[in-house]
Amino acid sequence: MEYVILLISTVLINNIVLAKFLGICPFLGVSKSSSTALGMGVAVIFVMTISTVFTWLVYTYLLLPLDLAYLQTVTYILVIAFLVQVVEIVMKKVSPELYQALGVYLPLITTNCTILGVAILVVQNDFNLLKSVVFAVGNSVGFTLAIVIFSSLREQMDMAEGMPAWMKGTPAALITAGILAMAFMGFAGLV
Amino acid sequence: MEKTISAKENFLKGLVRENPVLVLLLGCCPTLGVTSSATNAIGMGLATLFVLVMSNFVISLVKNVIPDKVRIPSFIVIIAAFVTVVQLLMEAYTPALFEQLGLFIPLIVVNCIVLGRAEAFASRYSVGASVVDGVGMGLGFTLALLLLGSAREVLGSLSWFGLKFSESDGMLVFVLAPGAFITLGFIIAIMNGLKKNKV
Repeated sequence: MEYVILLISTVLINNIVLAKFLGICPFLGVSKSSSTALGMGVAVIFVMTISTVFTWLVYTYLLLPLDLAYLQTVTYILVIAFLVQVVEIVMKKVSPELYQALGVYLPLITTNCTILGVAILVVQNDFNLLKSVVFAVGNSVGFTLAIVIFSSLREQMDMAEGMPAWMKGTPAALITAGILAMAFMGFAGLV
Repeated sequence: MEKTISAKENFLKGLVRENPVLVLLLGCCPTLGVTSSATNAIGMGLATLFVLVMSNFVISLVKNVIPDKVRIPSFIVIIAAFVTVVQLLMEAYTPALFEQLGLFIPLIVVNCIVLGRAEAFASRYSVGASVVDGVGMGLGFTLALLLLGSAREVLGSLSWFGLKFSESDGMLVFVLAPGAFITLGFIIAIMNGLKKNKV
């Protein structure tokens, strides 16, 4: 039950993009069409789950025993960059179709702050391995949900006529995101 | 191969014309995440300024030694080292601010402004020019954060830098998450409007 609540709260209530402001760059940058948004979202789910497991293992069995916790930031970013490379190479060999669909998004993910953010949050909250995985899955699904909804809204908005020129593009997108964030605040009483 | 640029132009471009947040839309996560008050905005801005200047300086120094293929990972390690320095310094000297900014301090590593300047500027220009670029971009970032932080704090809690100027409640939505998106949207819209009128 604890895990179900954690999952719901990360996907809907404390949505990583709309409530915690992580991953805003891809959220604004890769949300012009809903198909690319979905591709980015799936790639994030994939990488975040794997990287959270690895960074958790590195932190618990390497950094803590060696008393090197202050090297957390440097180690994590290296582990993540390394994993993204490995995922890219393995995916290319094992499943060329999947690589075709997600390949372009993988390099972008290294500097996606949701990945590093979730890896650090897991340590800050003292989660065990299973809880960390649930947390990572919840957050990445929340990211995908937010970016897919947002890109669909933007597709509709592009067809709208009569918007003043100075509101077009980024300003309108940001205000839409604000209204979307307000809608997600409605989930607050859920758990 | 090193390029050159006049110092004055180099410094000013980060403040207005190529302002990282308001024009280039880089580094949006901390911009939206920590600007619920003007104090937090300044703290985050200065922390990023420090990392930006130091990483630009070091990367420009070692740019001819690093092989082109491992350029990006090397840059990230240099940046991460300075972020760790900032993290430890802030934890020791400004624990309250460190607590407030929380996760966003380690996340300076993946702030696109820092890596962006390393790649676009420090790896091409001289050491001096890179430091000036770092200061200009860092101040531009701080200014944008201060603008957004002030707007949100004044509208949301009717105070500025923690000084309340009215007893009544502000519009709470501006302190909460949606307000961040909406305020930044309007600031960029106003900038766009001003630019159009000038031309």
